[in-house]
This record gives sequence, C-alpha cells and structure tokens, in this order.
Amino acid sequence: MLYTLCFLLFMIGLYCAVVKKNMVKIVIGIMIMEYAVNLFLIMLGFRTGGTAPIVSRGQLDTETGQIAAGFLNSSVDPLPQALVLTAIVISLGSLALMISICIRTYEKYGTFDITQIRRLKG
Amino acid sequence: MIVPLPAFVAIPLVTAFLLPIFGKKGKTIATFLANLATISLLVLAIASIGQTRVYEVGRWSIPLGINLVLDGLSSLLLLAISVVSSAVMFFSIRYMEQYTAKSKYLSLFMLMVAGMNGVALSGDIFNLFVFLEIASLASYALVGFGCEHEELEASFKYMVLGSIGSIFILFAVALVYGNTGSLNMAYISRAIQNSGLNIGLTFALSLFVVGFGLKAALVPFHAWLPDAHPSAPAPISAMLSGVLIETLGVYALARVVFNVFGISIPMGWLLIVLGLVSMVAGAFLAIGQWDLKRLMAYSSISQVGYVILGIGLGGLIIARNGNVAWASLAILGGLFHLVNHSVYKSLLFLTSGSVQMSTGTRQLKEMGGLAEKLPVTRATCTVASASIAGIPPFSGFWSKLILVIAAVQAHFYWVAAIIVFVSLCTLIMYLKVQRYAFLGELPENLQEIKENRGSMLAAMVFLACLCVLMGLLLLVPALRAGILEPAAKVLVDGVSYSANVIGM
Repeated sequence: MLYTLCFLLFMIGLYCAVVKKNMVKIVIGIMIMEYAVNLFLIMLGFRTGGTAPIVSRGQLDTETGQIAAGFLNSSVDPLPQALVLTAIVISLGSLALMISICIRTYEKYGTFDITQIRRLKG
Repeated sequence: MIVPLPAFVAIPLVTAFLLPIFGKKGKTIATFLANLATISLLVLAIASIGQTRVYEVGRWSIPLGINLVLDGLSSLLLLAISVVSSAVMFFSIRYMEQYTAKSKYLSLFMLMVAGMNGVALSGDIFNLFVFLEIASLASYALVGFGCEHEELEASFKYMVLGSIGSIFILFAVALVYGNTGSLNMAYISRAIQNSGLNIGLTFALSLFVVGFGLKAALVPFHAWLPDAHPSAPAPISAMLSGVLIETLGVYALARVVFNVFGISIPMGWLLIVLGLVSMVAGAFLAIGQWDLKRLMAYSSISQVGYVILGIGLGGLIIARNGNVAWASLAILGGLFHLVNHSVYKSLLFLTSGSVQMSTGTRQLKEMGGLAEKLPVTRATCTVASASIAGIPPFSGFWSKLILVIAAVQAHFYWVAAIIVFVSLCTLIMYLKVQRYAFLGELPENLQEIKENRGSMLAAMVFLACLCVLMGLLLLVPALRAGILEPAAKVLVDGVSYSANVIGM
C-alpha cells in the first residue's frame, strides 16, 4: 500500500516534469520524483517497531565479537539511510544548478514559459 | 607497475578543487596543472592495460565496503577517456582564451573526467550512480558555459532529461537493493543467479535501460543531444560526444545488462532494435542539417547505435547458446567502434571548433573555400571524415568491417545490409561538410581569416594520427590480445563476472 502511494508520488513528479510549461514547475516536478525515490529507499529499510541501528553495551558479546540476535531482529536497516543522505546531497547540487540556469534564462528571455524559449530547432 | 586504482578518481578530483584557487591571475599555472593531470592520467591508463584487480576502498572487505574493479573493459574505457581528455585539454589551452572564466572551465572539466573514470572503475552500483551524477552535473554546467540564449536553453533541456534519467537509475538501484539485499555488483549478480529474475528486478532492469538510454541518447531518448552538444564550447562537445555518452550510457548499460543481470534473448533483441533505430534515424536526421556541429551531433547518435548494435548482437548469440566465437567477434566490433568513435568524433568536433574560431560561424551555407585558408584543419577533418565513413585504411573501416562480418556469420544478413547502408549515409553527410565548408568559393567576408596555431593544431594532428593508426589495434595480434580481446571477454563471460570479482 505504502509502496503504491510512493510510486504514485513518483508518477505525479514525472507527469509534472513532462507536461508543465513553466520552467520552475518542471524543476519542482523533478524534485518530487527525487523525493519519491528517497522515500522509497527509506521505506526499504523500515521495520514496524524497529530500533535505531546502534549497537549498545550488552548487545555485543565482547569475547566472540558476535552481535546479539535480538538486535539484528529488531533494528532497522541503516544502509538505505546512508544512501538517502548521499542522494539528498546530490539532488541539492542539481537543484541549485537547475534554479540558477532558470534564473539566467529568465534574465535573457524574460519568461519562464518553455513554449516561448525556442531558439533551437531541427 | 601496479597502478593505484583510486588515483584515477583522486588525481582529477584534487586538481578540480585546486584549480579555482588560481583565479584569473594564475591562469597559466592552472592550465599547466590541468594538462599535467590529464597527461598523468594517460600514463596511468597505459600502465594499467592488461591488469585485472579489485581495490577495496578503505580496506572494507567487499560485501560491506565499496570496491573498484579494474578489468579489460574498464581499462579500455580508461584509455579512451584519457586519450581524448588529454588531447582536448591541450586544445583548450588556446581555444578557451576567448572565454573569461578559464580556471572554472578547467575545474569543471576535471570534475567530469573524475566522474567518468569513477563510472568506468566502480564495482558498486550505488557508487556508479554517484560518479555518474558527478560527471553529469559537470557536463550540464559546461553545456551552459557560454551563458547566452541558446546555451542556457540547451543546458536546461539537457539537465531536465538528464536528471530524469538519473532518477530512474536511482530508483532502479533502490529496487535492486530491495530485492537482492546488496549493492555490490558481484553479489547482486550472484543473488540474481540464485533466485532468478522476479517482477521487481525486471522492472529495475527496464528502468536501467531507460535511464542509461537517456544518458547514451539512443533514439527514443535522444531529444537533448542535438541541442546540448552543439551549444557547448567545442572542446566540451568533443568530450561529450566522444566519451561522455559512451561511458555514462553505453558502458554502464553494457555492464549492468551483461555482468549484473545476465543477458537474455529479449534483452539482446531490445539492444539490437535500439541500435538499429538509432543508427538509421541519426543518419537521416544528420544529412538534413546545415549547422556544422548539429550535423556532427546527430551523427554521434548514429555512431552510438553501431556500438549498441554490436554489443546486442553478441548478447543475442550468447543468450541463444550460439557460437561464442561469433558472439565475441560482434562484441569486439562494437567495443572497437566505441574507441574509434571517441577518437574521430572528438577530432571532428575539435576541427569544427577551429573553423568556428576562425570564421565565427557554424552555418555551412556561410562557409566555403576554407581549404586554402585552413589547410591543417581541412586535412585533419578529411581524415576524421574518411574514418567515420569507413574508408579503408582509416580506423572506422576496421570496426565496421568486423561488425559486418559478425552479422553475416550469425546469419543476420539484413543487419549487415543496414550497417553498410548507414555507412553510406555517413559518407554522404561528411561529403556535404567537405563540399560546403572546405571547397567551393571563399565568401567575401572570410578573405582575411587565418589558420589557428599552437596547441589547437597539435591536438588535432595528434588525434588525426591516431585515426590513421587505430587500425593497428586490430591488425597487430599483440595489441589485439592485449587491449581489445580482454574487453570483449568481460562481456562474453557475462555473469561469471561475479565469481571473478569475489574470487580475487
């Protein structure tokens, strides 16, 4: 169910990026797609009633180096969170570049409407 | 000599962040440093030929940490990237003097090289996405470098489609992680072999094809390329058409399809169809163009189609359990064409830059008779044109010949016919360039132009020599066994890649 909603969000973003005429709205659509994917990644690691994936004292058997089974069965998956952090940083970089290109284009053409920004053809 | 693998990423990355410090005053030092970096990368790439190694980043063992994998295919790609980038960097010494922020340009250039080298080496699928984004972001900025009307429009268009492609790839990575529980390509491949493809993984594979297809500008996804590549400064067009679309698109697609998921019959057909459609549509669209760089950009789409066709043909033969020798011949033809394309297409874009710098125009109708004014540009452009059209002693002929032989051996006669036909179309479009740009009457306003000197000429002559000599890569058995065959073998071996990497 949640995955379906997440996919719906992705499709809304894709629709927005493909159909809208305003440059800023296209950028917003792309960002919605990005966040839908980030949400999906987080949900992959989610576990109902899970604990933070930090090993506390008592859960690590110091002699064998083994982690208690209870910890492994209850903690959420930390890897997707690391991935999402990286993905957010990347999307921030591309968002900044996209917005600055939008602003420069507005300075040159005086409009955000992509149907009027058509010098390239063929 | 054992080459430290992280150096391929670290050298350009460190240089990229050092260069903006020099600013306007230290432009000479910055240029020198950037050239030093690309040339040292070239030396490292040559030294790494024939090695097969796995490097674990930060000493974290493989399933936990990130790894870099150097194998035949990676070293072929590294070689192509470093040859083209050092020639292009040398060309930009003089060419980029007309722009104001040269050190920023150099910095973005090195960032792009770092991203591409990372893509070629990465053995971790999320890491591949990160490097792909580094290279793409740098290229979006470089396309809009001139900050004029057309450049900004092209950059925005490229950026929107490129970002959508990247998001598709990230989504596919998430799906793969959810279904296999690993991000390491070798472990993913093993998990897929054990469990088979379920619906989630099939969806991920289709997302990968769309995402990398957008990056490689295969025909249904090609809309951004003919705008983006001509709008960039000429050296950047050379990098984008020559190596960026091949590394980010073709190489990554081939790696994921062959080594991670394993080739199947529908996938082989899909690659063949994508390749053929790109070849034919790209060639037809190119013939009608009157803008010199736009014509070359369309012909890039057509040439990438050849590479995908060769790889897909080999994959189809493998998936049908056909003759492995035929399959490896087809893949070898495709990969050889990839290397050839990166050399002659970057040379063509450099010559177009030289023409543009002398005449101030890119429109073929406004040129004419440049042969006497720009003799070296004309000569190198002719060599590259002959090469791309497949005239015998030059490099393009040999790779197309192999593709035709492979197609005939595998009884795909119609594919062989289309290869020859598109080759003819390519010949026509470059004859058009020769006819309108270099022959005929010299227009009044171009009487005073002069040939460009110094680094621009040296870079063009270097690449032209390579165009002539590349045939040796195939004809000399030692070179073939050292460079091309290991690369083809990586793809022919397919999913046994995982056993090789885990075993090392």
